Amino acid sequence: MRPARLTALAAVAVLALAACAPADDPAGGTTDDGTLPTLTPGVLTFATSDPAYEPWVVGNDPASGEGFEAAVAYAVAEELGFAADQVEWVTASFDQIIAPGAKKFDVAVNQVSISDERRANLDFSSPYYTTSQAVVTLAGSAVADATTLAELQGARIGAMVGTTSLTAAQQIIAPDANVSVFNDNDQVKQALTSGLVDAVVVDLPTALYITAAELDDGVLLGQLPDSAGGDEFGLVLDKGSALTSAVSAAVDALREDGTLADLEARWLTDAAGAPVLT
Amino acid sequence: MSAPAPAGSPAAPGGWSPSAVQRERDAYRRSRARRSTLAALVSTLALATVVVLGVRAAPGWPRVRASFLDPAVALESLPTVLEGLWLNVRVMAVCAVLVVVVALALALARTLHGPVFLPLRLLATAYVDVFRGLPLILVLLLVGFGLPGLRLHGVPTSAVVLGGLALVLTYSAYVAEVFRAGIESVHPSQVAAARSLGLTRGQTLRHVVLPQAVRRVVPPLLNDLVSLSKDSGLISILGAVDAVRAAQIATATHANFTPYVVAGVLFVLLTIPLTRLTDALARRSGWLGAQSGLAGAGALR
Repeated sequence: MRPARLTALAAVAVLALAACAPADDPAGGTTDDGTLPTLTPGVLTFATSDPAYEPWVVGNDPASGEGFEAAVAYAVAEELGFAADQVEWVTASFDQIIAPGAKKFDVAVNQVSISDERRANLDFSSPYYTTSQAVVTLAGSAVADATTLAELQGARIGAMVGTTSLTAAQQIIAPDANVSVFNDNDQVKQALTSGLVDAVVVDLPTALYITAAELDDGVLLGQLPDSAGGDEFGLVLDKGSALTSAVSAAVDALREDGTLADLEARWLTDAAGAPVLT
Repeated sequence: MSAPAPAGSPAAPGGWSPSAVQRERDAYRRSRARRSTLAALVSTLALATVVVLGVRAAPGWPRVRASFLDPAVALESLPTVLEGLWLNVRVMAVCAVLVVVVALALALARTLHGPVFLPLRLLATAYVDVFRGLPLILVLLLVGFGLPGLRLHGVPTSAVVLGGLALVLTYSAYVAEVFRAGIESVHPSQVAAARSLGLTRGQTLRHVVLPQAVRRVVPPLLNDLVSLSKDSGLISILGAVDAVRAAQIATATHANFTPYVVAGVLFVLLTIPLTRLTDALARRSGWLGAQSGLAGAGALR
């Protein structure tokens, strides 16, 4: 019996190795007629989060083109030669964006800040927007009259996980109690309204939007002083993607001909009036 | 049978030394043992080789390895993940004690006899049904965001306290059922014998039923404790930074998944000593109840 058993084991081992053979790679790199090598030929696929927040996307419907990031996406697509009906949208969480392996999108747009640490694992386009962080609280809270950073140190601060708002809160405000970390901006707002935290840190356009439209008695205390020129948002592509240089060039072209400035003026409230906390 | 000991063999203190047949038998057994160890080693190495070769043959492996097993990122994220793990441990320790107390009270309430205790039994049953039916994450959200929203005086607003409260509420329902099963598994002859000795119901419970019941349910209780150590991380939904949340923050900072692997390894390292310690305690104190012939004899294999 032993030789038969050994043969059987050997056969299983060979089968296992064979089963791990690499899947057929689709022809990557250039295509025949010089069009961009997107996931689906002739279609540019964008990814954003679900839910997508205002003023970046209006009504959680990026396909409508309404909202700053949705508008930027369609402008970039047009610059690259894709008409509005050649643009597809999918949803992707931040973890799905950074995961290795085949992506289900070409470009991700979701207020992702460019940083050197992230560059090691992701490709970024040129920045399409620069922003700073702001502190929001409710009227009647313990810190509603604060005008300096020192007054915020005793407060309970909240921010969304994985954002530069969190890092800014931890490094610039550096409160005595640990900064509370929440899954997404919806829960950050809920924490503020239910009293789990006294104040929250979000990026300035979001802060202007929620104090104007979403929170009752919301108060924008001010911007946090910039550490290095502010946060730059960039479009995210797979590491080593063939589209990165084309997309970067498109963003640069949009900036040069003033399209980005027009979109900012249309969708993002004027941020000039927000005071800077010192 | 009674072959004389050969001249050269060492004499044991009692004058006995193994015979030639015995020594031959021992040698044979040793050679068989060596052979089976060798076979086990070879087959393990063969399987490991197949697995490793198979994984490395995958085209995405270098990228996955860089994304999940990056030593530099692991080292950088280790301090914050350890700090988060310390929160997990503290929450687990405090909640475990509270859960056992509340669950025991619930189990006893459900086993009370007598019509006058009906409201108590009904309340306990309703509590257990409701909190076993509600998903833990819903209880966390309701307690964590809803309770402070009532703005009553004296309601805690710390994420850790509220999260711990939600954990205690939910887990005590599960553990109460475990205790009740233990109590009802004690043979009725024990209760009858206690009664014939003149013990009241309360004394029977305290001196006869509960000690046996608790010893019987130690393995499933340990299961629940390990599960609690993982679920203690869910309080991060209310803002507290536990090990998994700290790993998530580090992942977002570096766009690399290695901190999750670090947190996973730390959790496993946390659980293993817990289970080995309780196994050893149980074996030494003879808690394995029905599996041992005599109390204190340990498990008979």
